[in-house]
Amino acid sequence: MLNISLWGKTFKNPVVAASGTFGFSREYNEIYDVSILGGIVTKGLTLNKREGNEGIRCFETSSGMLNSVGLQNPGIDYFIENELPFMKTLNTIIIANLGGGSIEEYVQGAEKLDKSDVDIIELNISCPNVKEGGVNFGIKSNIAREVVKEVRRVVKKPLVVKLSPDAEDIVDMAVTCVEEGADGVSLVNTFKAMAIDIYKKRPVFKNVFAGLSGPAIKPIALRMVYEVSKAVNVPIMGIGGIKDYKDAIEFIMAGASLVQVGTANFINPFACRDIINGIENFLKEEGINSINEIIGVI
Amino acid sequence: MQYSSLKVLENREVAKNIFKLKLEGKYNVKPGQFFMLRSWEDEPTLSRPFSIYDKGENYISFLYEVKGKGTEKLAKLKCQDTVKVLGPLGNGMDISRIKGKVALVGGGIGIAPLFYFAKKIEAHVDIYFGFRDEVYGIENLKCKNLYISTESGKVGYKGYITDIFNPFDYNLVITCGPLAMMKKVKDVCKKTATPLYLLMESKMACGIGACLVCTCKTKDGMKRVCKDGPVFKGEEVVFDA
Ligand SMILES: Cc1cc2nc3c(=O)[nH]c(=O)nc-3n(C[C@H](O)[C@H](O)[C@H](O)COP(=O)(O)OP(=O)(O)OC[C@H]3O[C@@H](n4cnc5c(N)ncnc54)[C@H](O)[C@@H]3O)c2cc1C
Ligand SMILES: Cc1cc2nc3c(=O)[nH]c(=O)nc-3n(C[C@H](O)[C@H](O)[C@H](O)COP(=O)(O)O)c2cc1C
Ligand code: FES
Repeated sequence: MLNISLWGKTFKNPVVAASGTFGFSREYNEIYDVSILGGIVTKGLTLNKREGNEGIRCFETSSGMLNSVGLQNPGIDYFIENELPFMKTLNTIIIANLGGGSIEEYVQGAEKLDKSDVDIIELNISCPNVKEGGVNFGIKSNIAREVVKEVRRVVKKPLVVKLSPDAEDIVDMAVTCVEEGADGVSLVNTFKAMAIDIYKKRPVFKNVFAGLSGPAIKPIALRMVYEVSKAVNVPIMGIGGIKDYKDAIEFIMAGASLVQVGTANFINPFACRDIINGIENFLKEEGINSINEIIGVI
Repeated sequence: MQYSSLKVLENREVAKNIFKLKLEGKYNVKPGQFFMLRSWEDEPTLSRPFSIYDKGENYISFLYEVKGKGTEKLAKLKCQDTVKVLGPLGNGMDISRIKGKVALVGGGIGIAPLFYFAKKIEAHVDIYFGFRDEVYGIENLKCKNLYISTESGKVGYKGYITDIFNPFDYNLVITCGPLAMMKKVKDVCKKTATPLYLLMESKMACGIGACLVCTCKTKDGMKRVCKDGPVFKGEEVVFDA
């Protein structure tokens, strides 16, 4: 009933844990058996280890949060050697989230991941938390085009591009990625945002900007998924503020084949599990035989 | 680690804005470990971390200060209400390894986790607790010597607890409280080369080590307060200037 086949793989349900909110799945696996998930996206990985940002990394907002982690991760080699073997023991689809600061870095990282046992690569062209004078590849379609083209050249595995809601034109961005060979798109990443400490009279974050996630972004993320789904023919992973099965079903009806759940894991550690059960009950109650019947019905 | 709904056995104001919350549940907890608590639905978005303050056969208890949205909601809890509890979390400390003379240095609500250390440590324990004005949370406190300071002079020494604390006599110091106090304790312990453990604090989201928002800077890079801590070796932590 919940099964979905995409990219030659079978997801047992449409619920996937979002990048950066689920680590490499060990921690949540101590709370419940995460093999029940449709899939798991790893923390954003880069070619080399990164320490991430210093100072405050989290600030709570109404119905959401800002984060400025800055892609802290142990590097792709370490991941393949020490984290992936554990993840592969889980009976679920493993998606590697690939970050980077330059096209060369992306390409070298992609080559390594393509040779590894991950099932799918999610190319993150949209992290707002890394500066280093580098370009944000997720804003202008013609810049994104270059990265996707080069990465596609070296990746044989299914390649999904994760889009930033800060893209100048999200529909054009999605179309561009698909033109360059993306097998799917996932959207959205966090929104570039900020907070100010009025007593210290300075921004809360050292980097000034941080990424907004959580229920606050849901209606905008939903609108973007809907618009993109009308414009591309590849599967979509819908992301943004999904906290219960109703939110998930909205994204699916708007055109997402899979949904990713991020911040909601912090609100309720069982969020993904509860959403899976909720979708199943909904389908039963509504007399719907398969989740595939409601994908993109709007 | 488990995620459960626990029943409130007691939620009492023990001093102005300081509450003791007792929840029904059986847990194995090490001193320094904490739990993520949530007694609300949507707002605030994130659950809140609180250290284990005390524990009995059938309960765990917390000592908390009302600071903002989350603790205001906790303060409204009544007997029989339920709280969602994730834990125990964090490294905590292996008490069996602690020997000799130990000093616990706490400031304000930072005394909460130290109460449970005092209860568990079998060795000689001296306590140095500093408060702003009112003294709280020290009923049934187990120790050899108790030193209290208040900034107002209401009880004990008038001033900061670090004014009267000298690490020279001790084999080990454990501290928790405002950053300025912990920095001071770190400085004096460095002078006497006394081993020190710090209980660090940070804004948390997942509380279990998955999201990397709660990191603190250490000599070996950024570490997660919720998973690699909250107990860190004194020499490990790098305080920003
Ligand atoms: C491991 C650990 C153990 C803890 N144990 C205890 C305990 O045993 N007892 C206890 O009382 N507390 C403990 N704390 C602290 C406790 O978690 C916080 O006080 C609590 O989360 C506050 O929540 P709140 O919603 O009431 O306040 P909030 O609304 O979150 O804010 C608290 C105060 O801090 C200010 N503030 C919020 N964010 C910022 C920021 N980014 N920069 C500057 N100021 C800010 C607010 O204005 C407000 O005055 C612990 C924390 C950690 C990490
Ligand atoms: C703490 C945190 C860390 C994140 N790290 C990454 C990351 O490394 N790579 C990435 O593509 N997205 C990252 N994200 C974005 C999420 O995967 C997701 O796209 C976003 O949070 C919106 O979904 P949500 O509202 O369900 O959280 C992170 C989000 C949070 C909150
Ligand atoms: S709060 Fe998520 S890693 Fe510590």
